[in-house]
Amino acid sequence: MGMSARVAWSVVVGAALVLSGCGADGPAGDGGGDRSITVRGCAPENPLVPGMTMESCGGQVVDQLFSKLIRYDPDTAEPVYEIAESIDSEDNTTWTVTLRSGWTFHNGDPVTSQSFVDAWNWVAYAPNGTLNSYFFRMIEGYADLQPREAITPDVEITPGMVEKSEMSGLRVIDDLTFEVTLSQPESSFPLRVGYAAFAPMPDEFFADPEAFGRNPIGTGPFEFVEWSQSSEIRLRAYDGYQGAVTPQIDEVTFRIYQDDLAAYNDLQADNVDVIPQLPVSALADDTYQDDLGDRYVEKEALVVSTISFAPEAVDPNVADPRLRQAISMAIDREAITEQIFHGTRQPATGWVAPGVAGYQADVCGVYCTYEPERARELYDEAGGYEGTLTLAYNSDGDNRPWVDAVCNSITEVLDVECAGVPIPDFGTFRSRVNAREVAGMFRNLWQADYPSIENFLAPVYATGASSNDSDYSNPEFDELITEAASLKGDAALAKYNEAEALLPADMPSIPLWYATTVAGYSTKVDNVKITPFQTIDLLSVTIR
Amino acid sequence: MRGYALRRLAQMVPVVIGTTFLIYAMMWALPGDPLAGRCGNQPCPQSYVNRMTETYNLADPLLVQYVKYLGRIITGDLGQTFAGVPVADELLHRFPVTIQLALMAVVVEVVLGVSAGVLAAVRPGGLLDNLVLVSTLAVVSIPVFVLALLAQTVAGVRLGWFPVTWDGSAASLILPAFVLGGLSLAFVARMMRSSMVENLHADHVRTAVAKGLSPRRVILAHGARNSLIPVVTLVGADFGTLLGGAVVVEMIFNIGGVGELILHSVRDGEIGTVTVAVTLLVVLFLVVNLLVDLVYPLLDPRIRHA
Repeated sequence: MGMSARVAWSVVVGAALVLSGCGADGPAGDGGGDRSITVRGCAPENPLVPGMTMESCGGQVVDQLFSKLIRYDPDTAEPVYEIAESIDSEDNTTWTVTLRSGWTFHNGDPVTSQSFVDAWNWVAYAPNGTLNSYFFRMIEGYADLQPREAITPDVEITPGMVEKSEMSGLRVIDDLTFEVTLSQPESSFPLRVGYAAFAPMPDEFFADPEAFGRNPIGTGPFEFVEWSQSSEIRLRAYDGYQGAVTPQIDEVTFRIYQDDLAAYNDLQADNVDVIPQLPVSALADDTYQDDLGDRYVEKEALVVSTISFAPEAVDPNVADPRLRQAISMAIDREAITEQIFHGTRQPATGWVAPGVAGYQADVCGVYCTYEPERARELYDEAGGYEGTLTLAYNSDGDNRPWVDAVCNSITEVLDVECAGVPIPDFGTFRSRVNAREVAGMFRNLWQADYPSIENFLAPVYATGASSNDSDYSNPEFDELITEAASLKGDAALAKYNEAEALLPADMPSIPLWYATTVAGYSTKVDNVKITPFQTIDLLSVTIR
Repeated sequence: MRGYALRRLAQMVPVVIGTTFLIYAMMWALPGDPLAGRCGNQPCPQSYVNRMTETYNLADPLLVQYVKYLGRIITGDLGQTFAGVPVADELLHRFPVTIQLALMAVVVEVVLGVSAGVLAAVRPGGLLDNLVLVSTLAVVSIPVFVLALLAQTVAGVRLGWFPVTWDGSAASLILPAFVLGGLSLAFVARMMRSSMVENLHADHVRTAVAKGLSPRRVILAHGARNSLIPVVTLVGADFGTLLGGAVVVEMIFNIGGVGELILHSVRDGEIGTVTVAVTLLVVLFLVVNLLVDLVYPLLDPRIRHA
């Protein structure tokens, strides 16, 4: 018993101080001078590799680091050539891509056609197990890179199980030209290649993809500086960037927030410069307008929310199109978007969101308007519904309020019981939908991968398509989609419109609303633009 | 005393192994496929599913998975998170932050709590006593997220006295530490008070007064020191709670600590990450409690560990 109580206390306090002193490596405060900005970020779910990034947290960073053949104009979503000088085809099947000269990776390596071909093959190659390999399905020879036989999930896909490591549809012609052959005509091909998965990759990547994911090297307007786990990802403007528009800022830091409100409070204190999406609580009663004055922007997103129906094989009770139309007409979209979403959603009038070429309003017509009388007539014609209608949703998002409102609206008009069925998290929800285990109705949301009318229709409503959760099948629709893919320009758009016009008769899903993104910014920055993909266009941001 | 400490340390080994298994089994039993929600509105590509299943042994039965996992841990390989970051890196970044926050909270709770308790005990039923009683009651009845948001909005956003969120510096942890420590402060103050009131009537204190010692010395050296035993026990146990239970405060102040890591790893079904992180918390908890037991003899010479 040598130590006195006082010493014991000072040991505890001292330990606290020592720990504070040599504390954790956190964000380094402002730093980097005046022309640096901070953007609200979130923790990437995957390594920072374009072929591995599918969600928006990693996506908003990867998009700054990697340029693609084209980029999308932040105002109109129109494709603009970026690295490509031209992407041409006679028949929509064989595409010749010509690159601009002078492009370099952040490490100085030149960008050649080989950088693209190697990158695309790598992403498509099954043993690499990437998230984005689906995007290359349209290229001839994709199947050769997948396992020959059907396999169960518990085996490792080894190089021995696949035919080849390169797609036959990709052919390098010279340093700046390559040819892409698709397995069938696809008029929207040039529109698709603006997605991150199509980015070129430097040689360094193939040597060690794992290390690269933590220290990526791209061709984009910003180059990678540092990723401090759990706190921030720092990028700086790349001097050698060859794009037509160059950034007006020197440095950008994505500060990682788990919580929307924490980010919003930081915005009010000018600690973070841009929040791409304001939290729901700030949108309620237009609080954000009081807090931020005019420092916010709004933009339509390429998103449409729908209610999907279980496939007929799973639940024949909701298969009658008249019942579906009746339910759709029983939903008071105007009231719900106003009361629950505070105007950040607009009632949907079709299955394609505004903001893409070929969009037409009112495709769904009367079936997507609130018509209690006609809803009841159709409901009776369809023979009504026995029991309780169910609407499944994932309860980890903010879905409950609108699901309840939709159900109330249906019950009020049709006098049928309707109940929301919460499924704890998005993962479980999707796995049950994918396994076709959800009966009745379930919530759905489609966000376009690229700004094309085709992307709203083909992957969702074509027979056997990857996101066709309702197993909808209409040969006439399929035929129109195939035909449209082989046409160009307005002729193609007209065919897509024809295809969409078939949907109201069958009601494969009920369009609910389109989304608007509201971004807020600090007193330090100006000229903040939101892209149609709900991210911030960092090329246009300026310092005040 | 050294023998006692070693024995306690040896007892930790089975507890820790048991913990890893329990956590692993609980995470395994959670419903839902960890890979299902990762590809938005479509099933993930087969090749991706296979790679992840293989890497994380997702298809094996629980025991096989667990043994494989333990085997890797013992060789020092903690594996990677789904985001491709080594789990060891994550822990190295996050544990110091959480420990720092917890220690600062403990300092707040002990310094304020003990002083308030001593002041209240000097004249039971007096003005100070009632003041301490009422103010601690008020703090303890506010839910933590309300207190945290209130502190953040008022002291951070409106007045600008403190950083709104964590920016890596210790200064930005002061406000969260006050919020976190404020909650246990009430318990510490009350326990200190009652223990002190009791002790001030004890024989040795009466002797000290009779000897003619100054009231200040009687209260601090003879009264307070002996009264600290129950308080130290409480703080020791509370430290563990602060380590693991700071999730809400970590979220609100955007602190990149362990609580936040565990929260999102549980959500994403990252069994390996959760198991290591929780096990480390358990180890810390055990060590702190061992330290508390070792402090007892320092406070009360009558206690001896054999």
